[in-house]
Amino acid sequence: MFVVIVGCGRVGSAIAKRMIRQGHEVSVLDENPEAHALLEHDMDQTWEDAGGRFTVGTALEVEALHGAGIEQADVVVCSTDGDNTNIIVAQLAKKRFQVPKVVVRVLDPYRAEWYSEQGLQTVCPTQVAIDMLTEAVMGDVDVVAGDIG
Amino acid sequence: MYIIIAGAGKVGWNLARELIDEQHEVTLIEVDRNRYLTVEDELEHRIQHGDATELWVLERAGIVRADMVVAVTGDDEDNMLISQVAKEKYLVEHTIARANNPRNLEHFELLGVRPVVSATDLILRLIEHEVPHHGLVHLLDLRQEQLEIIEVEVAEDAPAAGSSIGELELPDGCLVVSVLRNGSGFVPKADTRIEAGDEVLAVLNPGDEPDVCRLFGAYRAGRDGAGTAG
Repeated sequence: MFVVIVGCGRVGSAIAKRMIRQGHEVSVLDENPEAHALLEHDMDQTWEDAGGRFTVGTALEVEALHGAGIEQADVVVCSTDGDNTNIIVAQLAKKRFQVPKVVVRVLDPYRAEWYSEQGLQTVCPTQVAIDMLTEAVMGDVDVVAGDIG
Repeated sequence: MYIIIAGAGKVGWNLARELIDEQHEVTLIEVDRNRYLTVEDELEHRIQHGDATELWVLERAGIVRADMVVAVTGDDEDNMLISQVAKEKYLVEHTIARANNPRNLEHFELLGVRPVVSATDLILRLIEHEVPHHGLVHLLDLRQEQLEIIEVEVAEDAPAAGSSIGELELPDGCLVVSVLRNGSGFVPKADTRIEAGDEVLAVLNPGDEPDVCRLFGAYRAGRDGAGTAG
């Protein structure tokens, strides 16, 4: 599977590393060149030696998306720190580049809900936290943090 | 009309003033606290502090009863999202969005957000108009309506030079709406004679541009189709 990840923060970089360990092809796009360092943290080789790609560019720039290989992508993950950027890029990926699977991180539960009704596959960490915290408060369910990376 | 304006920068603030002068009901939404306080000094309750891409902020501003939403923040993603949500979720009849970066115009188009205004693109067109290195200038594209308005300068050796409007073999649906000659403009009649050096404004179907250019002896514009105001 060829995965393009737009936005290489804590979340994007962790998904990227997990996917590459599982043997997938991964290309990461971020506007900050320093984000590359996150991809090598906890890795025993460089990101490029591990087979990864890294492109510096702004998510809305078509050239940057081309450079990251969005046209060949089987999956695009939108994980920048901006909900609106993620939502717009996801729609570009689907409508302009016909990417078969697009996953979007949206922190705001309201926007996540509405855009999911419009056909975007949104993941809302805030909603997940709300549900887990409520459950932790109400019941005696142990909430265990998952493995990072 | 009830109009919500997202973004109280120079554009949003001045727009609000003009619309209030014209007796419209206006609510501005501004995310930056300091900017909000500055504008609030003048506009008082007509500005609200908040992020206009948050649905509850739009709802608090009364988006469900808005006749128009104008998205003029400094962020194109935000303007696209606000317009999209206004139109598709809250069924606001009119939306106008600003594209800060003309390269993003195609994204607005793709997401069905229109009309879009790009100051940079407008200035580029004005430069083209002021410094005509080719004979034809796009004034307006009405994409949905499949119409465009062009301005063309009639060349010396053009087939149209010396002919009357009625004699011109214009494509169906093409109309010469105005002629500028020696600094003044007039609406031509069928017997108006076109002269070399006239500037002709014409409405036409986009596909007919080459024929019209040939008649008036203009070259095709290099930047045709860039951006849209339609």
